[in-house]
Amino acid sequence: MTVTEAHRTIDAVWRIESAKLIAALVRMVRDVGLAEELAQDALVAALEQWPSAGVPSNPGAWLMTIAKRRAIDHFRHLKMAERKHEELGLDLETTQDAIAVEPDEVPDDLLRLIFTACHPVLKTEARVALTLRLLGGLTTDEIARAFLVPESTVAQRIVRAKRTLAQKKVPYEVPVGAELAERLGSVLEVVYLIFNEGYSATAGDDWMRPALCADAMRLGRILAGLAPQEPEVLGLVALMELQASRSRARVTADGEPILLMDQNRAKWDRLLIGHGLAALARAESLSARRGPYTLQAAIAACHARAGTPEDTDWARIAALYGELAQVTPSPVVELNRAVAVSMAAGPEAALPLVDALTAEPALARYHLLPTVRGDLLAKVGRFEEAEAEFSRAASLTRNARERDLLLARAKQASAGNA
Amino acid sequence: MKFMVLVKADENTEGGAMPTEQDLAEMGKFNEELVKAGVMLAGEGLLPSSKGVRLRYSDQGTTVLDGPFTETKELIAGFWILEVSSREEVIEWMKRAPFQNTTIEIRQVASEEDFGDAMTPELREHEARLRQQVEQQQGR
Repeated sequence: MTVTEAHRTIDAVWRIESAKLIAALVRMVRDVGLAEELAQDALVAALEQWPSAGVPSNPGAWLMTIAKRRAIDHFRHLKMAERKHEELGLDLETTQDAIAVEPDEVPDDLLRLIFTACHPVLKTEARVALTLRLLGGLTTDEIARAFLVPESTVAQRIVRAKRTLAQKKVPYEVPVGAELAERLGSVLEVVYLIFNEGYSATAGDDWMRPALCADAMRLGRILAGLAPQEPEVLGLVALMELQASRSRARVTADGEPILLMDQNRAKWDRLLIGHGLAALARAESLSARRGPYTLQAAIAACHARAGTPEDTDWARIAALYGELAQVTPSPVVELNRAVAVSMAAGPEAALPLVDALTAEPALARYHLLPTVRGDLLAKVGRFEEAEAEFSRAASLTRNARERDLLLARAKQASAGNA
Repeated sequence: MKFMVLVKADENTEGGAMPTEQDLAEMGKFNEELVKAGVMLAGEGLLPSSKGVRLRYSDQGTTVLDGPFTETKELIAGFWILEVSSREEVIEWMKRAPFQNTTIEIRQVASEEDFGDAMTPELREHEARLRQQVEQQQGR
């Protein structure tokens, strides 16, 4: 085996094993930063030994053994230096006990690790970076490339995040009761943020980003395996898989986006659609009250089920947006609902909904509101008002191409064309 | 990236020998690991080719050929579809599969790994319609 081949293999093993390894080590040493250092030490040992000695038959156990040995050395060293273990909230004997714990605890460890990495005491971007690093097995460099930020920024975020967790004495546990629901929200948000960063990437060196979607889906599936009774976890998995199922159909050969209704549905990934629909069905069976991720997945499922654009069940989509607006009231959701209503019942039905949004301060500078309103007005023949809306939308967009388009639309409206 | 893992047939699988309870338990455990790691998208075992058919398309029309088929080595006895980050990762996973005296083949599933629009399909759709309309009216 050449050194390069060995390194690629070690990377692969690391992706498979690192989360479990770090999770077990955090339980042992109660410090995310230290646990990661120990795991990294084991990785370095692998990089030194595997290229010549070959990859061991059970690489995960090999790494765990090395890391645990380093942990014991670390505590011995601490003891010899007569450092007070109370300072760290540690004592050697309990630590030794922890080492003896069997890997049966691994699923719980992983769940605890996810909740720790996504703790609200950390800023959102720190949660994202830490989750990808600790659970996704990504290097700082990979995370930096995925988010188009300098590597030093990511490295700093991770260092600070680990320090914050230690300083704030964040307990390494899965919360219970009402706190669970609240904290689970943060975990799901982080996973969905990672997914969207990959899914809505439009600029920059974006070849890494589909991989980011895959990472988010993988994290979501892990989470669904760890918390199979939580409907919103399944809802999020369904949402991500249904959206990702369209990825192949979303871009032309030149990289131009292709919109939902124009996509070649034969290119949609049936496997992911099947997965997504199954996860959605499980989510809906677990709870009669659908949460925001499950509802968004249900909307995505309407598109996935439509064999042709004309088959789209817009009435159902409009109803789902209505339900979503009750669970998470937002003017953007309302605007989406209005578009669905116009598709289902015509512009006259949708106009009052959009009119109601014009007073909404959150949308005051959102160019899609006047765009949608202008379109509806033009459809019902109120051309003068439509022209004003398109002009207003043109003044709000920062995208030059879109501005040209909206100005053209305004001109048409003034000429009395829908 | 997605990979298909093809498990090659042999005399046993073609002879219709069913796995033992222990085989099934071990394979179940392996599959569970794949599922929990979030990498498994699909996986099935196939019945012997004696229960299969082949369709051959030609100028003269379509011929249906009943199994069994003789080229055992070219037949498939089962498959997985796994989503992982590299070819090495799928190899590392499959090294852990409880197989003995079996050949498997790993093939990458073709896909344009492209992404490009955002999370509100209805708004996007709306914009697309506008764009199309304008372009049509301008005779482009």
